[in-house]
Amino acid sequence: MRVEAKLLLGLGAFFGVMAVVYWNWGHENAGGVMMFAGMLLCLVPGSYYYWWSRRMKARPEDDPNATQGEGAGVVGSFPGSSIFPFTLGMGAFFVVLALVFGIWFLVPGLGLAAWALLGATAEGRRGGHV
Amino acid sequence: MVDLITPPPAIIDVDHDGDEGHDEHHGATGILKWMTSTDHKVIGLSYTVTSVVMLIIGGLFAEIIRAQLASPNGTLVSLAQYNELFTMHGSVMIYLFAGPFAFGGLANIIVPIQIGAPDMAFPRLNALSYWLYLMGSITMLMGFFTAGGAANFGWVAYAPLSNSINTPGAGADLWIGGLLLTGFSAIFTGVNLTATIFYLRAPGMTMFRMPIFTWNMLVTAILILLAFPVLTAGLIMLYCDRHFGTHIFSVAGGGVPVLWQHIFWFWGHPEVYILALPFFGMATEIIAVFSKKPVFGYKSMVFATLSIGALSLGVWAHHMFTTGVVLLPFFSFMSLMIAVPTGIKIFNWIGTMWRGELWFSTAMLMALGFLFTFLIGGLTGIYLASPPLDFFTHDTYFVVAHFHSIVMALVLAGMGGLYFWGPKITGYLLNEKFGRIQFWFLFIGTQVFTFPQYILGLDGMPRRIAMYPHSPQWKTLNDWSTFGAILVGISMIVFVVNVGYSWKKYPCGDNPWDAQTLEWFTTSPPPHHNFYRLPQIRSERPTWDYNHPEHRSLAHGTGGTGTHHEPPLANAIVGALEHDQDHDA
Repeated sequence: MRVEAKLLLGLGAFFGVMAVVYWNWGHENAGGVMMFAGMLLCLVPGSYYYWWSRRMKARPEDDPNATQGEGAGVVGSFPGSSIFPFTLGMGAFFVVLALVFGIWFLVPGLGLAAWALLGATAEGRRGGHV
Repeated sequence: MVDLITPPPAIIDVDHDGDEGHDEHHGATGILKWMTSTDHKVIGLSYTVTSVVMLIIGGLFAEIIRAQLASPNGTLVSLAQYNELFTMHGSVMIYLFAGPFAFGGLANIIVPIQIGAPDMAFPRLNALSYWLYLMGSITMLMGFFTAGGAANFGWVAYAPLSNSINTPGAGADLWIGGLLLTGFSAIFTGVNLTATIFYLRAPGMTMFRMPIFTWNMLVTAILILLAFPVLTAGLIMLYCDRHFGTHIFSVAGGGVPVLWQHIFWFWGHPEVYILALPFFGMATEIIAVFSKKPVFGYKSMVFATLSIGALSLGVWAHHMFTTGVVLLPFFSFMSLMIAVPTGIKIFNWIGTMWRGELWFSTAMLMALGFLFTFLIGGLTGIYLASPPLDFFTHDTYFVVAHFHSIVMALVLAGMGGLYFWGPKITGYLLNEKFGRIQFWFLFIGTQVFTFPQYILGLDGMPRRIAMYPHSPQWKTLNDWSTFGAILVGISMIVFVVNVGYSWKKYPCGDNPWDAQTLEWFTTSPPPHHNFYRLPQIRSERPTWDYNHPEHRSLAHGTGGTGTHHEPPLANAIVGALEHDQDHDA
């Protein structure tokens, strides 16, 4: 966890320095804001990782001398196959078509998206084969 | 060395509630399997196939463009159709081929296997990424079937050209919509890759033992997360300007047209590295394997990638030098700085090959072709980072030639990646003879079509024109360029023929190349959840260590001993130098 945290914090710090230099030199708002936001996008998860890395034992994947047995166990519970990504994708497709061809495309679009939302949630609760 | 075999790694929980004895492996088949699968290998293969189809579609557009330019007053397409063609050529190649091929296709398949993970961190989100990408591609290409034709404002959609008065019609809106969908697909893939690399590594696979390809994909994923939301926001603003009467990018209502360029290129330049870094990773892996050596300067490679990623956020306005409202010294300096880590990479690639046992397979030839072509593209990029030179060459064919050198280098590396990892994905090798023919057509074609464009650009030929003044020199140069494009087209035909010819003909076994990283430890194609067993991971090339215990890597980052580990190559070179000196003395 330590390396991941340092990676993000380092990037964030660099973007922060760059944002300060750029804004003070060029007084251009758009780029300054975007670089500042880029800094936050690295610092926020980075500091979260850092906070945790100080409070937890090194994971097997952080331990250079770990044996494969240490990784045994459950990673997570996922449905093995699912139609709902496809459903949601088609829903998003129709929503985008509504931007172009007319508002009525929202009916199938949001309908499919809602079906996917309900279906995927139910499926996630059920668990199943991966 | 028998103790290297260990119990199976972590598996994702198999919850037997309700459907005992119903094995997923024997579940859905055919199109239903393709539609419902959440296996990263199936999704990655869909991504790869779709993006290669996009490469062929975009390539056809390019061939039509080059055919039009073969004569000064070409009449193959109308001026309006020409605008649509170059817009969609750029859009298809950048948005729908290069990125998705790398981070959706090969990375999706290879990264989890390289780090010993059973799947991507969010399998269903991964599937959603693919569907958004596919539907986004279809949306964008649907423009050709509308009355007004496809989008025709260039792949950069500069305001005010892209507003509803200058570019009315559904084609432009479909372009925006398709880009929204593929943009979200990229963001989801970025999330997925980052989470997979941070959380699903096998025991012992510390960050500094990850293969370079995985490192590059991590940096790519972080760049995606930094850059793509900006583009999505910009597209929504553009859509609002076009339809809801806002004036974000129009001077008339108090807006700022250059803001679009800032937003677009704040995405667009990191995007260049989002495109390039995965292919750097592919070339690194290929060169290391076919030189039978570890990657030279592993850590410097990682830090070079990281610094390219970090610097890429501060260089966007070098696309905007001629607007006259950007901070020239800042962007020039930052752009020139990128040459440093890129140069480190080039030297590391050469160092990896140095005194290696080179095997010129198709994949290796492609990687070497990448190295050469990328060097030309990179060096001309350094010219363009200098504002005075950019003022002179901006919007000429010099810029076109520069980035086509870069992206054709990426195509070479990507083809190398297909020849290299294709056997792992499918279980079958591609024919090497056809591969070599393809390489030479692709490599020579690339040089023949870009070199005349450099000269044309310095001579002042603007980009995005369908006709040009009569001049024997320009005609000859354009003809050469068209000839090169035809060679590249032939290389793609050879590739398709090769895939058909080699179809299930040459079974490859688990490790046909005597490769080094973890994906070659498992079967080809890998089983569900990728591994039956894992070797002990003590360096960045565990498969090599397992297969060649007598030449094991020095462990990276074992820690605790306090010793600093030189890469073996450094020792070899130092040793060789000493040996030579002894002889001289």
